[in-house]
Amino acid sequence: MSKNLRINNKQFVDETRKLSFVFNGKKLYGYKGDTLASALLSNDIHLVGRSFKYHRPRGIMTSGSEEPNAILQIGNDDALTEPNVRATEIELYDGLICNSQNCWPSVKFDIGGINNFLSPLLPAGFYYKTFMWPASFWGKYEYFIRKSAGLGKSPTKQDPDMYDHRYMHCDILIVGGGVSGLIAAKIASDDNKKVLLLEDKELLGGSLIYDDNDISKIDDQKSSEWLKKLIDNIKNDKNIIIKTRTSLAAYHNYNFLLARQNLTDHLSVNDRNNKIRQRLYKIRAKKVIISTGAIERPQVFHNNDRPGIMLASAVKKYIDYYGVRCGLENVIFTNNDSAYETALSLHKSGTKLNAIVDIRDNSSSEIVNQVKGLGIQIYWNHSVVDTKGYKRINKVTIMKLNDKGNDVIGKKIELNCDCLSVSGGWTPMVHLFTQSGGKLKFDNKDNIFVPDKTNLNQLSIGSAKGDFELDDVLKNSIKDTKKFLNIENSNFDKIDVKCSKEKDKKNIWLLPSDKPLSKTKPFLDYQNDSTAKDIKLALREGFKSIEHVKRYTTTGMGTDQGKLANMHALGIVADTTNTNMGDLGTTTFRPPYTPLTFGTIVGRNVGQFFDIFRKTPMHDWHVDNNAKFENVGQWKRAWYYPKDGETMYDAVQRESKAARESSGILDASTLGKIDIQGTDANEFLNRVYTNAWSKLQIGKCRYGLMLNEDGMVYDDGVTTKLGENHYLMTTTTGGAANVMSKLEDYLQTEWPELDVFLTSVTDHYATASVCGPNAKKIINKIFKNLDLSDESFPHMSFKEVKLGNISCRIMRISFTGELSYEINVEASYGKYIWEKCIEAGKEFNITPYGTETMHLLRAEKGFIIVGQDTDGTMTPVDLQMDWIISKKKYDFIGKRSLYRSDTIREDRKQLVGLLTDDPNEILEEGAQLIKDGNKNPVDMLGHVTSSYFSPTLKKSIALAILKEGKKLKGQKLLVPMIDKTIKVTVSDTIFLDKENERING
Amino acid sequence: MFLINCPYCGERDQSEFVSGGEAHIARPKQPTELNDDQWAEYLFMRKNIKGIQFERWNHAHGCRKWFNVARDTSNDKIEKIYKMGEQPPKL
Amino acid sequence: MKNKYSIFSLIKNAFSNHENWQRAWRDPEPKKEYDAVIVGGGGHGLATAYYLAKKHNLRNIAVVEKGWIGGGNTGRNTTIIRSNYLWDASAGLYDHALKIWEGLSQELNYNVMFSQRGVMNLAHNLQDVRDLKRRTHANRLNGIDAVWLETDEVKKFCPIINTSQDIRYPVLGGTLQKRAGTARHDAVAWGYARGADEMGVDIIQNCEVKGIKRSGDTVEGLETTKGFIKTKKIGVVAAGHSSVIANMAGLKLPLESKPLQALVSEPVKPIIDTVVMSNAVHAYVSQSDKGELVIGAGTDSYVSYTQKGSFNIVEETLKAILELYPIFSRMKMLRQWGGIVDICPDASPIISKTSIKGLYFNCGWGTGGFKATPGSGDLFAHTIANDEPHKLNASFNINRFVSGDLVDEHGAAAVAH
Repeated sequence: MSKNLRINNKQFVDETRKLSFVFNGKKLYGYKGDTLASALLSNDIHLVGRSFKYHRPRGIMTSGSEEPNAILQIGNDDALTEPNVRATEIELYDGLICNSQNCWPSVKFDIGGINNFLSPLLPAGFYYKTFMWPASFWGKYEYFIRKSAGLGKSPTKQDPDMYDHRYMHCDILIVGGGVSGLIAAKIASDDNKKVLLLEDKELLGGSLIYDDNDISKIDDQKSSEWLKKLIDNIKNDKNIIIKTRTSLAAYHNYNFLLARQNLTDHLSVNDRNNKIRQRLYKIRAKKVIISTGAIERPQVFHNNDRPGIMLASAVKKYIDYYGVRCGLENVIFTNNDSAYETALSLHKSGTKLNAIVDIRDNSSSEIVNQVKGLGIQIYWNHSVVDTKGYKRINKVTIMKLNDKGNDVIGKKIELNCDCLSVSGGWTPMVHLFTQSGGKLKFDNKDNIFVPDKTNLNQLSIGSAKGDFELDDVLKNSIKDTKKFLNIENSNFDKIDVKCSKEKDKKNIWLLPSDKPLSKTKPFLDYQNDSTAKDIKLALREGFKSIEHVKRYTTTGMGTDQGKLANMHALGIVADTTNTNMGDLGTTTFRPPYTPLTFGTIVGRNVGQFFDIFRKTPMHDWHVDNNAKFENVGQWKRAWYYPKDGETMYDAVQRESKAARESSGILDASTLGKIDIQGTDANEFLNRVYTNAWSKLQIGKCRYGLMLNEDGMVYDDGVTTKLGENHYLMTTTTGGAANVMSKLEDYLQTEWPELDVFLTSVTDHYATASVCGPNAKKIINKIFKNLDLSDESFPHMSFKEVKLGNISCRIMRISFTGELSYEINVEASYGKYIWEKCIEAGKEFNITPYGTETMHLLRAEKGFIIVGQDTDGTMTPVDLQMDWIISKKKYDFIGKRSLYRSDTIREDRKQLVGLLTDDPNEILEEGAQLIKDGNKNPVDMLGHVTSSYFSPTLKKSIALAILKEGKKLKGQKLLVPMIDKTIKVTVSDTIFLDKENERING
Repeated sequence: MFLINCPYCGERDQSEFVSGGEAHIARPKQPTELNDDQWAEYLFMRKNIKGIQFERWNHAHGCRKWFNVARDTSNDKIEKIYKMGEQPPKL
Repeated sequence: MKNKYSIFSLIKNAFSNHENWQRAWRDPEPKKEYDAVIVGGGGHGLATAYYLAKKHNLRNIAVVEKGWIGGGNTGRNTTIIRSNYLWDASAGLYDHALKIWEGLSQELNYNVMFSQRGVMNLAHNLQDVRDLKRRTHANRLNGIDAVWLETDEVKKFCPIINTSQDIRYPVLGGTLQKRAGTARHDAVAWGYARGADEMGVDIIQNCEVKGIKRSGDTVEGLETTKGFIKTKKIGVVAAGHSSVIANMAGLKLPLESKPLQALVSEPVKPIIDTVVMSNAVHAYVSQSDKGELVIGAGTDSYVSYTQKGSFNIVEETLKAILELYPIFSRMKMLRQWGGIVDICPDASPIISKTSIKGLYFNCGWGTGGFKATPGSGDLFAHTIANDEPHKLNASFNINRFVSGDLVDEHGAAAVAH
């Protein structure tokens, strides 16, 4: 602060709270209330970064979210660092550490600066024209291109911070807490509407709150004083919820909006502990009022990008709000009256203003007259043609414009300057309006796009709709808000506003220079280094559409999304092609308005909350007994239970053997269960399954196969007839939700005449499946009075019995081929019944087994698993399950598709068994089958779907799908692996107990 | 994210619903009488209209009821919501 | 080539201040009649015109585009290029394209920045593992480079992936195709346009098709916003709008047009040097040469031509990204946008004749069309020129929906599109 850049006694910056921060390794100071940008400027630092392509020195240019240059790496912690943060937006906090990006070794001496001298070789799109030779070298070129591109650095450790979401509903959402938004909020609240008011800065009031001229008056008060009273009033208004530090990110269809609130980024790191960093508001608003204001445009001239060249409105804000002078030798360059406010602020703060350069012939407004009266030199009808100073501007060269404004004439005048304030007029912030699908129209008077048509219930007011003068802003905001809300009268109706009125307007998109355009660097997009020359080159090369120009030159594709660049790009295209800007249209403004942190978008749904865990009632038992788990859909299923350091293979061999030789127990609770009731329940089953259900008796179970309407196998499971009009359907674990949806769909939309009710009861029941030769003995121990004889309780039947007060549904069904009982109880008794089985089975070495053993056991029996042995392209015929297709039924889902010309082909892929010539060789699931290894390209005939080593058969077995498999039984085939070829023989799909004897124990 | 006025629950966020595609494609009563072309027409061919399309929606994360929606697919504006079995409105 | 691009031409033009570059393509008014007209000036349409002119010597042809070339899905996709498809038909099609990609910059004399940084597909459950291994075996036997990686090899190839086995859906392995990668999407459209224009193809922008004129079952021409254009062959490559054009000809297609969204982060220095796709948790990410993380989101369930999807899809996508890459939590989304993708029931495209003579459709690419651009153009050109398909696109006919001979890529394996 050596240069006396601070101006004292400012109301927005607390000079009693000195904060230290580190910029590029140097410790500096600022005050509470500063942004990082204002603090840097108060330390006489303009040069903060290097540009993307030419690595030109760049300084702070703005005071807001449109900043293209001052983007810094914040923090130096691997987990907490954040790239590309705008210094103009981040509030200064004690201990802030920041560094310049995209420069090496330092921002002051950057090797990449050599690109500036190579710039003649680097016009727009140069990379499309080169790096093609030699062809194999692109990867090497690209390595260097990638290294030099990018801006900041990504964190490399996990983010410890917490993010949050909240839904908000309101009658009126007001985006932007400047004067027009505040007035609208008050009018709406007075009409008893629930208002949500968002402001991206820490304080309400927009730019009027620090307005310090004595021309603008509202109701005979200084405008900023009047506004402060309004703000006090609004803060106490119960109808208005105010969210500051909250910026609107996206405006979607149906008035759905997203806003991000910063909760801790302004606090010193130590004060952030356990606080939520950012919150995303998901807002549904009945009506939306956009009062986001306007941003100032720069002007386009040679070397308009040097550090020290800033927007005039930013220079004014740094003085009037932050109390910081951006330079001690000021020059202003403008095409409109608003920069004269900057002149007055400079003057008032006692800061030296050397001259004002104005491209207009004259201006006779009140504010300009006041400046004229101060004796400040004004160069009318002059333009800046060059600037000097590599790392900080030190001179500007100006020349007179000719009558047409397309050339400069006369002598060059050089002016000393360490800060050049530039104003090229104002651009309404119509981004949100266009995001919402609104259409713009072009206003020739102010050369701006303003909101026109919209399908949504929304209104733009203030400078966001193109009103720039205080009386227009206030009066139109009041009038339009009243109309929008259908209000007759408001408390603002008699408002009296005085302000300076601009009479003279002039705009030149690309200012003329004494040099040919090709020798100049008039920048449009400061971050991406695109110049007016690039735009013209693109047009010459035939890139006519504005989107082509944007993409070819990368104009507007930086992190500022071209907030400063787009209008000039359009203007230059329009001028060059003799098109009306209104006919040209704009490029699309894509959400978000300002970059939105991934963490904020995701909120709490990270880590353990990424997706729900579905656990069976016996889950804890499995955990206690050392189970490994498999994810099946959202379920955690016990996969295998390793003992004493067993591998999965060992555990599965042991579990399988136990199940076959004595007894095993499986937690089958995850299978989908659908309770089906109604007088047409039987007919319904007939329509959804391929087989016939009419003759199923109460108390009996039947296996069913379900197809898609295109004839392919979709799901399978056992359905039990519990009562006359009552069935319990089971589905696969992964398919449960889809089956339920599909059945509901058919019932509600195709067959509403059926009297059927479906209830998903998957979570209501727990299922313990006890199998093996000793299963009957175990069940008998638990259910002592139950007659388990084959006559009374045969295979594929069901009994409901009580165990104390617990109702148990026992199905004698088997997926392993062993005698087995599935006990279904209410979920809360699941663990109890499981432990009961374990206890009863102890003497029979009852062995818990997981999904892997289940897969092995069923494969020995040739039972399919839908999704493993099928892939959405298999019909029941392909699975050699012709027996399950009822010939008698007129129709069922998918039936017609089974008779299409391709589906009836005999040479389709079919399910077969495989035996390896070497019984110890286990095939890899997914391995392909071929006949002739010498053919190239080789014909793939099918693939292995399931493969295991059977401990009972003491050999490797596999299921596969194979082209013309039915015919190939007994034939030799090859399974080609990377390192070897395995010989196999096609077999039957049933490997064990073809006679089904084990099912009876 | 549009809002859908479920005829059974009222207005809800679109994310609670699942689209079932084009409406009023009734499943043929006698599929076996159709030739392959006619069956393919039912199974796969869709108008896929740009403009007002009649379609089926399901309140999957709500009442799980299916109903019909007339929606302009060029701007996602919902013109009309009507129950299953009702005739499409004239728009 | 009239205006050959190279480092030497750049230097030469630098001396004349880049004032003498010629137009990359002309801006002609449509002629009264063409031998063939391609509807749709995206990558596929422009490539079709290019190969019609180059390989089939049809020079009196035009591409009509309702907006600006490359403005549809070509300029909106996440540019993933790979050929590791399961079925022989798909593998043949996509690897044909990949082989053209490998020499495309030189062929077009336009740097399309085809970058073979590899594409990795992750497995998150046991069925994923089976499916991906199946695909890897099939790829290998089809002559497509693809290898299975165990979890530690996945981590080695892309260290920033969270391969902890304690996460909700841990990485159980993955496949890698090293020849796969990304390209610069705009450059593909522009390069083909420039090449086609050079051979005399008229590229007519801002020309919307309003009707297809037929005489009986034969096409006669197109009604457009720039007047009637007479032609005997019409190749429609209109992506999301294919059904709209089909309806003009009285045809129905097995398509639904749905929103597909994508997003990019702010640019950062290189942090991920490959493309990683994860189907089970729906996370697809790569990093552009500019430094942006390029992230593909999923499709919505409903038909829409708005080029806007619903926000919850983006939320779900980033949720998955942070699950696999927790270090990206502080990265910021810079832009988010949507496109309209036309999806076939079997997730495979249609490159086919139709029941109307002279009317051809190339559509149904769903979410994965960009990678096929050169191959699709080449095969569609062959189909139009010869009025019959090339053997590589014979399986992708419209009739498969009648016969049932689908090329079911989504049912078959955990293949992301």
